Amino acid sequence: MDLTLKIWRQASAGAKGQFVNYQVKNISAEASFLEMLDILNEELVMKGNEEPVAFDHDCREGICGACSLYINGRPHGPDRGITTCQMHMRNFKDGETIVIEPWRAKPFPVIKDLMVDRTAFDEIIQAGGYVSVRTGGTLPDANALPIPKAASDEAMDAASCIGCGACVAACKNASAMLFVSAKVSQLALLPQGKLEARERVQNMVKKMDELGFGNCTNTYACEAECPKEISVTHIARMNREYLSAKITAPQK
Amino acid sequence: MSLAGLFLITFLVVHLAINILILFDDSRELFNQAAHFMITNPLIQGFQWVLFAGFILHIILGFVLQVQNWLARPTRYDRKGHSETSYFSKFMIHTGVIVLIFLGIHMANFFFRVKFGEVPMITYDSGDTYRDVGLLVIELFKDLGYVVFYIISLLLLGFHLDHGFQSAFQSLGLYHKSYTPAIKLIGKFYTIVVTAGYIAIPVVLYFF
Repeated sequence: MDLTLKIWRQASAGAKGQFVNYQVKNISAEASFLEMLDILNEELVMKGNEEPVAFDHDCREGICGACSLYINGRPHGPDRGITTCQMHMRNFKDGETIVIEPWRAKPFPVIKDLMVDRTAFDEIIQAGGYVSVRTGGTLPDANALPIPKAASDEAMDAASCIGCGACVAACKNASAMLFVSAKVSQLALLPQGKLEARERVQNMVKKMDELGFGNCTNTYACEAECPKEISVTHIARMNREYLSAKITAPQK
Repeated sequence: MSLAGLFLITFLVVHLAINILILFDDSRELFNQAAHFMITNPLIQGFQWVLFAGFILHIILGFVLQVQNWLARPTRYDRKGHSETSYFSKFMIHTGVIVLIFLGIHMANFFFRVKFGEVPMITYDSGDTYRDVGLLVIELFKDLGYVVFYIISLLLLGFHLDHGFQSAFQSLGLYHKSYTPAIKLIGKFYTIVVTAGYIAIPVVLYFF
């Protein structure tokens, strides 16, 4: 199929960007979206008069969280429950114009073209997304730590978040609530994480607000676009954890 | 935000319950009696300030949230997002602002006139004399322009409530497979009944 690509080009973080149109021809419907961009970049390199389009990618099997791209008004493109690297060209029609933009949010500044700096997510994790107890070395027997099956399943669902930032990109408020709530839930549900749950939720929410993410107004666009289909029930759990942490904080 | 919203949701029921009385009594005695109670009862008068606080809190927080949300995305997308979301959830500030404008006009029409203006008195066969607040309502709803404005404003309030009702519970952390469907159902029912109830009054008064 032949396609017109309208791609955001920006030379560097501070530079002024603009959309540039490109034509790609004879793209197979079986190609992945990133392979299609590889073909475009090969052409640009061969021609030699323009730099290839910069975009994030790593594992290309939907588990690393590196790839992004806001495609035709949706993070990770039109298909549900997958990342951009797993999305195939069969989702598009011959002759279609595809608009490709970087994630847009104040805490996610553009580095170059379609790449954004997602350090903000790391900073939120540093604020509390960990357990201080030793989990390595001489491990206790798994049976010594009773965990209800439901809690373990729920924690595992939350832990499947790959931190790609699609939730922020999809949210009309650029809110990071789905990401933060998945990280809060994952640890709050398990015995190792429960000990610090109260401080964790407060610190992570505080950091999230400081970084300039927007507020959650429960539009649930995040859940619809999450490649790992993380549920907004985690946001409710985080709200619950946060409220009770504020109410039951130890008196100094 | 959510608590103030839920508080205002309960207020709307009380307000509607009194308003609807005007449709059940051509002499307006029922309605004027209820209005008299609301104007003179000291408990209601005291609680009025709590209600003002609820409104102001909800309005101020609404604007603060919206400004923060706009600042969180300084560069807009070229292609408007069309993720699968509930439609009305995206327009809370828009419906909210129109309802706020309506609220201003509504207060000028009724609240300030009753509180500080001249309202004709009416004496009923029972010997009771009340301010004829019902007459204000009937006079206003003779104006087709006002009726249309009122209905549009109330429809937008309905859209606001449609998202707001269930959203308030989510913000408070109350989401559970067992009761969230019930909350959503009650929210829909509430929204339809309250909106239809308010809209029925000008429609009935104007056309019948």
